[in-house]
Amino acid sequence: MYATNYHRASSVEDAVKLASANDEAKYLSGGQTLLPTMKQRLAAPSDLVDLRHVSDLKGISVSGGSIRIGAATTHAEVANSAEIASACPALAHLAAHIGDPHVRHMGTIGGSIANNDPAADYPAGLMALNATIVTNKRSIGADDFFTGMFDTALEDGELIVAVEITAPLKSGYAKFPNPASRYAMTGVFVAKHGDGSVRVAVTGAGSGGVFRQSDMEQALASNFSAGALDGITVDDSDLMSDIHASSAYRANLVKVMAKRAVTAAG
Amino acid sequence: MGMEGIGARVARKEDKRFITGKGRYTDDMVVPGMKHAHFVRSPHAHAKIKSIDTSAAEKMPGVIGILNGNQLAEDAVGNLICGWMIHSKDGSPMNMGVWRPLAQETVRYVGDAVAIVVADTKAQARDAAEAVVVDYETLPVVTTAVEALKDGAPQLHPVAKNNLIYDWEIGDAAATDAAIASAAHVTEMKIINNRLVPNPMEPRAALGVYDAGDDHYTVWTTSQNPHVARLVMSAFYNVAPENKLRVIAPDVGGGFGSKIYIYPEEIVCLWASKRTGVPVKWNSDRTEAFLTDAHGRDHVSTIKMAFDANNKITGFKVDTIANLGAYMSLFSSSVPTYLYATLLSGQYDIPAIHANVRTVYTNTVPVDAYRGAGRPEATYLLERVMETAARELGVTPAELRQNNFIREFPHQTPVIMCYDAGDYDASLNAAMKASDYAGFPARKAEAKSRGKLRGIGMSCYIEACGIAPSAAVGSLGAGVGLWESAEVRVNAVGTIEVLTGSHSHGQGHETTFAQLVAERFGVGIDTVSIVHGDTDKVQMGMGTYGSRSGAVGMSAVVKALDKVELKAKKLAAHLMEADESDIVIENGELKVAGTDKSVPWFQMALAAYTAHNMPEGMEPGLKEGAFYDPSNFTFPAGCYICEVEVDPETGKTEVIQFVAADDFGKIINPMIVEGQVHGGLAQGIGQALLEGAHYDPETGQLLTASYMDYTMPRADDLPSFQVSTTETACPSNPLGIKGCGEAGAIGSPPALINAITDAIGNNDLTMPATPQRVWAALRSAQ
Ligand SMILES: Cc1cc2nc3c(=O)[nH]c(=O)nc-3n(C[C@H](O)[C@H](O)[C@H](O)COP(=O)(O)OP(=O)(O)OC[C@H]3O[C@@H](n4cnc5c(N)ncnc54)[C@H](O)[C@@H]3O)c2cc1C
Repeated sequence: MYATNYHRASSVEDAVKLASANDEAKYLSGGQTLLPTMKQRLAAPSDLVDLRHVSDLKGISVSGGSIRIGAATTHAEVANSAEIASACPALAHLAAHIGDPHVRHMGTIGGSIANNDPAADYPAGLMALNATIVTNKRSIGADDFFTGMFDTALEDGELIVAVEITAPLKSGYAKFPNPASRYAMTGVFVAKHGDGSVRVAVTGAGSGGVFRQSDMEQALASNFSAGALDGITVDDSDLMSDIHASSAYRANLVKVMAKRAVTAAG
Repeated sequence: MGMEGIGARVARKEDKRFITGKGRYTDDMVVPGMKHAHFVRSPHAHAKIKSIDTSAAEKMPGVIGILNGNQLAEDAVGNLICGWMIHSKDGSPMNMGVWRPLAQETVRYVGDAVAIVVADTKAQARDAAEAVVVDYETLPVVTTAVEALKDGAPQLHPVAKNNLIYDWEIGDAAATDAAIASAAHVTEMKIINNRLVPNPMEPRAALGVYDAGDDHYTVWTTSQNPHVARLVMSAFYNVAPENKLRVIAPDVGGGFGSKIYIYPEEIVCLWASKRTGVPVKWNSDRTEAFLTDAHGRDHVSTIKMAFDANNKITGFKVDTIANLGAYMSLFSSSVPTYLYATLLSGQYDIPAIHANVRTVYTNTVPVDAYRGAGRPEATYLLERVMETAARELGVTPAELRQNNFIREFPHQTPVIMCYDAGDYDASLNAAMKASDYAGFPARKAEAKSRGKLRGIGMSCYIEACGIAPSAAVGSLGAGVGLWESAEVRVNAVGTIEVLTGSHSHGQGHETTFAQLVAERFGVGIDTVSIVHGDTDKVQMGMGTYGSRSGAVGMSAVVKALDKVELKAKKLAAHLMEADESDIVIENGELKVAGTDKSVPWFQMALAAYTAHNMPEGMEPGLKEGAFYDPSNFTFPAGCYICEVEVDPETGKTEVIQFVAADDFGKIINPMIVEGQVHGGLAQGIGQALLEGAHYDPETGQLLTASYMDYTMPRADDLPSFQVSTTETACPSNPLGIKGCGEAGAIGSPPALINAITDAIGNNDLTMPATPQRVWAALRSAQ
C-alpha cells in the first residue's frame, strides 16, 4: 500500500467536500474492495474519505412497500434485518450469501454497487428489483446506473446516499458461487412486481456486467413458474469465458439458476 | 501405556503457544539495526536481461543498497543445485541448467528474482524496487511439459536439448510388453496429475545477519531442515563455512515440502547482509508465495494395465512426462523417479512393470516435492486404472483388488521396493464396513429421487516413508544420507531435553517425542523439552519431510534413550547396591525388582551430576547421543472409500462421506495421527476437486496467483471424515512405526475421482473435477 491521508466524514456534505478537495480522493466504505486493491498497489488514492460514521448513510427503513437502505449499511445488517426479511426476503438471502462473515460485517451496499464488480451480487438484486439509487445529486434507476463492468453512471465525486426499492410481490435469488472467490459465477435474481411485470437480472455471467434476460422476463410474466423457462435457450455469445467457466457453461448456469430463483420465490 | 506414554491421546503441548498467538516465526524475529528487503522480480516468463538501471531507485528515501546477479557472481556465490543425480537410460547424467540466485542474463519464469533492494522500511524497499528499471527482451514461452518436448519449442537451457532433463526408465520393458501382448484384457488410460501450489499458512521468510566482528553468519529461515540448509549453503552456495554459519528455523507455519528447499531469497539475504553491513529481513507476501514457492505434481501419463483371464494383473506399463519448471529444485529429480515409479506396484502382486519418465524444463516456477511427492502421482494412476479395469471387467472394485493383493511378506516388487509387512485385506474390510459399502445401491436410489447422482469410489494406496537406508539412496543418486540424530540430556534435577535433527512445522513433535520419554522413564511430558531447529544447539540432522520423523527421527531418540537407560540403571544399581539386571524403571522411579528399594529418577540424575558416588570407571553426567540409519523404507498402506453426490444441472460435486482405514504401524498419539490424516485428506480432496495451478500458455503468467482464482479447500467443502486404523507393526524400526504424514494426500484423490466417474458414468475426467468439468463430462456421456 502507498501512503494515503485518512479523513472521517461527519455528514454527506462533509464527505462530498472532503472528496472534492482532492482529485485523487476516494470514498472509503467497508474497504473490502478498495483496501485489498490498495494493498496490491493497484489503486493509490491520495485521500480516503471514510463514510462509515455518517449517520445519514446508515440504516434500513421500511414503510408500507417502500424500502430504503443507507449506502453505508453493511451486508450483515441487510441479511439480519427483520424488516427486509418480511418485505423482500430474497434481498436478505442475497446479502447473507456475500463473501464470508468478516466481509459481510464490513462491506456495504453502497460500496458494492459503486464498484459494480461483474460478479457481485447486489447489482443483480437491484436491477431485478428496479431499485432507485439516490445520490447526493439525483436519483438514478438501476437500469441506467449499472453501465458496464466496473462502470456506473456515477460522476466524479458523486456519492451514493441510499438505495430505494418498492417491495415486489415475489422475488428469489439463486447464486452459483465461483469455487475460489465465492463471488457469483452466475447469480440470477427474479422479481415479480405489483404491476404484473417480471424482471430477471443476471450477474457473474455477462461480459458487460449485470444484465436483464428479457426472454425469461416475458415467459415468466405470463406464467411465473420454473417450468415456464424450460423452452428458453440462453445465448452465450455475450457471456464471459475464463479459467473457471466457459460461456457455454455459464449459459447453462443462467437457466438453472433462473429456475431455482423462481422456485425460491414461491 | 502410561497416561502420557506411547498410544496416549495427549493434547499437543505446542498448541497453547500457537493458538494464543505466541508462536515465534521468522518474521517475528527482530535484531538491532535490522533492515528490510524487497526482491525485484521478472514480470516475464522468458526474457533476456539487457540492462538493469538502479540509479533512480538508489536515490529513493531509505535505500541502503540494491544488489544484482553480477555482484553475486563477483562474490563467487554458487549456483543453486539439485541434490539427487538421475541418469538417463542411455547412461548420461541429467541436464542441469544453471540457476543463479539472482538471474544474470536470462529470466525463465514470472517471479524469477533479478535484484534485491534493502531499505529502512518494507514500504521503502518496495517503492525503490518499483523504480528499478530492468530492460528485458522477451523470448518465446512454453509452460507445459508436453509442448516443451516438441521440436521447435522455446529452449530454456543450453544443456537441455528439447528441454529434456532426463529420459529415465525402471523395470523390465520386454517382459511388460510381452504381458500386454498376451493379455486377456488391457485397460488403457491417459492421466493428468494437476499442478498444485503448496500454500503453507506461513509464507517463506528469511533474516540474514552478518557479524563482521566474528566473521559469522546467522540466518533465520522458514526451513523444514535447517542442517541441510546449512550444509547446502556452505558446501555449494559458498556463502560461509559451516562452522561460521548458524541456521535457525524457529516456529514454522507449515511446509508440505515447499520449505525443504534452499531458495534464492535466504542465500541472497544472508549475502546482502554482508554486502550492505546491516541485518536483512525478507518476508514473502502471498502473491510471491504463489509465484515462487516450488509447486507440486504436474505429470502427464499414458498407462496400460494387462490382465489374464482370471483377472490377475500380468503387467503395468507407464509413460510419464513430468514438468520440473524453469530450474531443477533441490530434490526435484527424485520425485518423478525413485519416489514415484518405485511405488507403481501398489498393493498388488504385479509380475512385470515398466515405467519411462521424461522430465522437462518449462517457463514455470520449479516443481519439487509436495506432500506425498511422487507417491500420490503413482497411486492416482494405479487406483484409477484398477477401478476402471473393474468396471470394464464387470467385477466389483473390491474383488479386483483383493484378487491381486500381496499377502506374503516380505514381498519384492519389480520396481526396487521390498515390502516388509502389511495386511491389505484388513484395511479394505474395515473401510468397506465403515462406509456401509453394501448399502450403497439403496443410497444411490434415494439420491436419484432427489435428482442427485450418487457415486462411490475406492482407493487402496501404499506409500513409502522414511527414505532409507542411506547407502541405498546414495547408490540411487542422492547427495545426502537419510539417517536421523538425537541427543537425550538428563539434567541434574531429572528433567530431560531431547535434541532432535527432525524439525516440527506443525506435526506436534514437542508432544510425541516427549511421549517416548514418558513411556520409557515414567516421567511427565511436561518435564521433557524437545529442542530442534537450530544448528548451534542441535547436532547435525536431516530434518522433516517424507513422513520420516516418526520412523527415523523417533528411532534415533529410542537409541539414545537406550543408552541413557543403561547408564541410569547402572548408576541406580550402584546407589542401591543391587544388581544392574534387577533394576526396573517405573513411574519415575528406578526400583530393584521384587523389593521395596527404589531411587527416584531425579535423585539418580542428581547423583550423576554430583558424581560423589559413581560406579567404578563411570563418567559423570547423563547425556547420550545416537544416529539412526534405517534398514528399509516403511510402507504405510490403507483403503479409502469416498461417496459423492453430483448435481447434474450444475456439475457440482458434494463429498458426502469419506472413510479412511490406514495401517500406520504403531501409533504414538492417535489424536495427532488423526489430525495428520484429516489434513492430508483435505489436501487430497483439494487436489481432486478444487486446486489447480494454471499458467497462461502464451504469456507464462500464473493466472491462479491468488485465492480469488486458486481454490483452497475450505471447511464447507469437506465432510466429517471417518478415520480408523488397523495395525501391522513395521519390522524395520524399534518402535514399529510406519509414518502418517502424507497418506491422506496420497490415497484420497483417486477415491474421489472414482466416486465422481461412477456417479456420472463417464471416466474421462481430469482433476480438479470442477463443476464445469463434471458438467461437461456429463454432457458428453449423454
Ligand atoms: C473475501 C471477499 C469476498 C467477497 N465476496 C463477495 C461476494 O460473494 N459477492 C459480492 O457481491 N461481493 C463480495 N465481496 C465484495 C464485498 O461485497 C464488498 O463489500 C464490496 O465489493 C465493496 O463494498 P465496500 O463497502 O467494502 O466498499 P469499498 O471497498 O470501501 O469501496 C469500493 C468502491 O466504492 C466506492 N464507494 C464506496 N462507497 C461509496 C458511496 N457511498 N458512493 C460512491 N462511491 C462509493 C469506493 O470509493 C471504492 O471505489 C467480497 C469481498 C471480499 C474481500
